[in-house]
Amino acid sequence: MITKKDVQYIAHLSRIHLTDEETEKLTTTLEDILGYIEKLNTLDVSTVKPTSHVLPLQNVFRRDLPRPSLSQADAIKSAPESHKGSFKVPQVIE
Amino acid sequence: MKNYETVIGLEVHLQLNTQTKIFCGCSTQFGREPNSQTCPVCLGLPGSLPVLNEQVLLSGMTIGLALNCTINSLVKFDRKNYYYPDLPKAYQISQYDFPIAKEGFLKVETGGQVKKMGIIRAHMEEDAGKLIHSPETKSSLVDYNRTGVPLVEIVSAPDMRSAQEAYDYLTTLKLLLSYLDVSDCDMEKGSLRCDANVSIREQGVQVLGTKTELKNLNSFRAVKNAIDFEVQRQIQTLEAGERIIQETRLWNEEKQITVSMRSKEEAHDYRYFPEPDLVPFMIETSMAEKARQALPELPTEKLTRFINDYKLSLYDAGVLVQDKNLAFFFEACVKAWNNPKKITNWIISILKQELNARRLTIAQTKLSITHFTELIQKVENGTLNNLTGKEVLTHMLDTGKDSATLIQEKGLTQVSDDASLNTIIDQVLAENADIVHAIKSGKENAIGFLVGQCMKKTQGKANPKKIGELIKGRIHNVSSS
Ligand SMILES: [Zn+2]
Repeated sequence: MITKKDVQYIAHLSRIHLTDEETEKLTTTLEDILGYIEKLNTLDVSTVKPTSHVLPLQNVFRRDLPRPSLSQADAIKSAPESHKGSFKVPQVIE
Repeated sequence: MKNYETVIGLEVHLQLNTQTKIFCGCSTQFGREPNSQTCPVCLGLPGSLPVLNEQVLLSGMTIGLALNCTINSLVKFDRKNYYYPDLPKAYQISQYDFPIAKEGFLKVETGGQVKKMGIIRAHMEEDAGKLIHSPETKSSLVDYNRTGVPLVEIVSAPDMRSAQEAYDYLTTLKLLLSYLDVSDCDMEKGSLRCDANVSIREQGVQVLGTKTELKNLNSFRAVKNAIDFEVQRQIQTLEAGERIIQETRLWNEEKQITVSMRSKEEAHDYRYFPEPDLVPFMIETSMAEKARQALPELPTEKLTRFINDYKLSLYDAGVLVQDKNLAFFFEACVKAWNNPKKITNWIISILKQELNARRLTIAQTKLSITHFTELIQKVENGTLNNLTGKEVLTHMLDTGKDSATLIQEKGLTQVSDDASLNTIIDQVLAENADIVHAIKSGKENAIGFLVGQCMKKTQGKANPKKIGELIKGRIHNVSSS
């Protein structure tokens, strides 16, 4: 059962600001989604092998060889704000 | 006051010394211009896909095996979600339920006995970026060069019972890791970081007390001091009838106290889930076995071998093994000149002090193995006296030149021909007639004073043993030729 409090908590973890109206709406939406997923629990999966990945692939590596990086200018190009080659973000208080 | 028992578990983050990051080909070099070593993968740009650096898995396996862990046959990555500007994707790729290694131990010598400290797990993950708080721009500045640098986190069991045990565990672990060649283990550069979980409980109680997590521990000394402080704080809290709050506390080095870090209190809900962008890894038994056989000689094995093969004392072998570079230097010297005892003495009583005074490791000096062993031999065969030998060594460390060159350049050749020595002895005997008289009447030890006077006149360049013999001969009227 999803409550308004759950939604507010998740919104806070995700750093998303929600209005009361949005919170109300998301509470029912999330409840519906969870209800839908609940349906999967009714399936018999006793013969299905558990997996963490959908592709029949494993052990994909790369060798430890350097490749060119982006230039500093390119790296910060899409940043809304930057300062002397660094990304500039609202102050984080420790 | 009740009797409390301290319970400590440590989490060590080790930055691996790979060329490239864990999931992309960006360089891991330290100290470059901000954001000059990033790409769409480590910046978390849409559409980019991570691919595991093979060397990270191998190093992870090496670390796990050296810590007597079981290597998981199925290894996968998971997302650890949290919002913080040092994490461009808003999740860190880490490992949750199938880490590379689990259930091992580390034997630690502490308080005069060997204690087996449990290792719960070792897992691979990516490092976060570097955040610089900039009060003048009222903002935080982010450098993502470190983002994606490979880490192995080593989680101990809560097996330590004092700050000293924690300190000894860390020293032992660091030494072991340095022998594995997987990291430079440099705490000042942040290649090795440590967090401590600390709780207390009444003596005899089985259940663990509420723990606090100590962060910002920038040296092993800081770990020790922070734990000592935190244990006292927890005791006082309980004695005052209050409860310990589970929280993260930062060590304030200046004030030597731990301070609550409330801002991140809710961040512990990491909502781990499998990383869909990386496929799982199957580690065959043969692969783990190959890695086990490729393990280098570990410090404890080297210690035993030094004692058995070179007949070193436990103490001497211990001093050599404590410093991996020194241990390797020692063995190379023995190969060049088979005299382990003399080489050990020179390394431990002279070379080590010179290195400490210069705050250098042997690898950072210009000292060559041949030059060093030749020098010891020159002292052994009397070409140089001990004092001059030491002086030559200091010049060697600074210049990298050999002893012959340095002796020439600094005018350090020993005065050893009898004629020149006898001239000096004549003077000294004449100046100290009373002492000569005393020696003649049986005060043999006074010869030492005369030898000292001769050494003074030659500015230490003579061989004191030879002077002693010459003086003895002269005084007792025995031919000295
Ligand atoms: Zn990259």
